[in-house]
Amino acid sequence: MASVELKSICKSFGSVEVLRDVNLSLEKGEFVVFVGPSGCGKSTLLRLVAGLEDITAGDLYIDGARMNDVLPSKRGISMVFQSYALYPHMNVFENMAFGLEQARLNQAEIKARVAEAAEILQITPLMERKPRQLSGGQRQRVAIGRAITRKPRVFLFDEPLSNLDAALRVDTRLEIAALHKRLSDTTMIYVTHDQVEAMTLADRIVVLNAGQVEQVGRPMDLYAEPASAFVAGFIGSPRMNFVTGATAEKHGAHTLGIRPEHITISRDAGEWSGSIVHIEQLGSDTYVHVKTEEAGIVNARAIGANAFRAGDAVFLTLQSESVHLFNADGLPVGPART
Amino acid sequence: MTARRWITRAGFYALVVIIIVQAIFPFYYAILTSLEDGQALFEVNYLPAALDFSNYASMLTSGVFGRQILNSVFVAAIVVVISLFLAVTASYALSRIRFRGRGLLLLTILSVSMFPQIAVLAGLFEVIRTLGLFNSLWSLVFSYMIFTLPFTVWVLTTFMRNLPIEIEEAAIMDGAPPFTIIRRVFLPIMWPAMVTTGLLAFIHAWNEFLFALTFLSTDTQRTVPVAIALISGRSEFEVPWGNIMAASVVVTLPLVILVLIFQRRIVSGLTAGAVKG
Ligand SMILES: Nc1ncnc2c1ncn2[C@@H]1O[C@H](COP(=O)(O)OP(=O)(O)OP(=O)(O)O)[C@@H](O)[C@H]1O
Ligand SMILES: [Mg+2]
Repeated sequence: MASVELKSICKSFGSVEVLRDVNLSLEKGEFVVFVGPSGCGKSTLLRLVAGLEDITAGDLYIDGARMNDVLPSKRGISMVFQSYALYPHMNVFENMAFGLEQARLNQAEIKARVAEAAEILQITPLMERKPRQLSGGQRQRVAIGRAITRKPRVFLFDEPLSNLDAALRVDTRLEIAALHKRLSDTTMIYVTHDQVEAMTLADRIVVLNAGQVEQVGRPMDLYAEPASAFVAGFIGSPRMNFVTGATAEKHGAHTLGIRPEHITISRDAGEWSGSIVHIEQLGSDTYVHVKTEEAGIVNARAIGANAFRAGDAVFLTLQSESVHLFNADGLPVGPART
Repeated sequence: MTARRWITRAGFYALVVIIIVQAIFPFYYAILTSLEDGQALFEVNYLPAALDFSNYASMLTSGVFGRQILNSVFVAAIVVVISLFLAVTASYALSRIRFRGRGLLLLTILSVSMFPQIAVLAGLFEVIRTLGLFNSLWSLVFSYMIFTLPFTVWVLTTFMRNLPIEIEEAAIMDGAPPFTIIRRVFLPIMWPAMVTTGLLAFIHAWNEFLFALTFLSTDTQRTVPVAIALISGRSEFEVPWGNIMAASVVVTLPLVILVLIFQRRIVSGLTAGAVKG
């Protein structure tokens, strides 16, 4: 039995349709990431599952029971908000205990559960502090801790890392991955813009576009076999190069897509020729932007540091097994790759 | 230290002194006058010549001044309680619920507070008489609300708007019913804003003169500002300054005490830390 099941979910705010016919089925213990561009409805979908928004049409099931009209607190769900949403006037302990008090647990049980969550998140020394006395990362842990204490069946995260700095984001990402391992029975739904988070955390990724599910699949499947030009452009960093016009038509497609890491740069010979307009050195890799006759500006990856300079004439060769071809509707064409 | 810095410094403290004197001196002089009696009143002096509490004694024991203070306390307290209750509930609706005409409603509320009192006096008098509230303290409770509600609603609405809605949603997810959310989450967070607006409403109600003069007709019903203005001497040629000043000091003290008690509560920034810092 699926842990969370969405059947033909639609959501409108007044006359604006935000989600259209969303069907999803999440397994128990699965880590599912919603990604998509800003405004595509990720948060709205999450809030529908949480019960913070009403479902306009369709059905939501959690562990087989229909949840459309069930109170948020009765759905067995915890949510971690982007802004943490800690209660500013309560200390860390009170923040984490509040939900348990509402559930009328006895004091001993509350203490035990809060202590356990604090232990997991290493915030035991902070119990007496108010949220304003915590750093951003600590606040985020408290918010996660507050969500854990309720022992939810489903855990919802709405961009939990977006307010943290880059280093802390990596650490917290690893901690969330560890948490998922530890709470192996808990289904997790995680909303993010950041596709590194999506690729590294997800068992499955749901790509949303303008209120519709574009593709659902394991991260590497989406990377290797995107079901549309939209997904191809969204998954993978840096972005896939898209080429239209005569060059694409030569391959029998409206649009040709090739990722920077699937292009070989050479000084001697290749399919496309051009000159380097810009270079980005990352240390481990170098991204070389080449202005070509055939395909306009193309971003190609060269491994390690190297001697390319802006203005150099270079040739590009595509790894043919990694070329993605799309028709005018953005759907894949040609023989399906394995 | 250079001469230049000395001069700036001296200038700064001179300014501070001027401001303090300007703010404190009238009150100081009132206290001074209230402690003098008879002819001593009319000699100009800046230090207490004698400590004579007879003005206070005569104010508080003779006549109905004690009763009038209670009237003022009653009116101001009820106005504060009702204003805050209505303002909290109204500001919740105005800041959280989207409905047609919300902006217009807010502007209307604000514009009400801009009418000069005298402009609404005649109409309000009719209303009060129709309601049978004339010469009742409830007439003041009712009419003061016209001026206290707009600013309490506005201030609290602004405050509530800046409260992240996610805090409320977190409480919903935690399973708190609406009343618990208000009591355990909203009120503690809004406390400083409520103290500030409540205090302003109290001061307004405590000091109001025109309505109190118009809607109340008997001595036992009056509130203190009117009562003080109507204190008369033994003959029409005598203004009993000593009594007036003693009464003024007595009615000013509660305000001073209230502000001192709550000044530490009147802090903003309590929500800092709830959201990204
Ligand atoms: N309460 C609301 N009333 C009207 N429209 C809304 C409301 N909430 C969201 N929307 C609209 O719904 C759409 C989806 O919003 P949502 O917050 O789900 O986007 P998102 O994918 O989470 O975006 P982001 O990545 O920027 O957080 C947006 O166009 C937004 O303007
Ligand atoms: Mg969002």
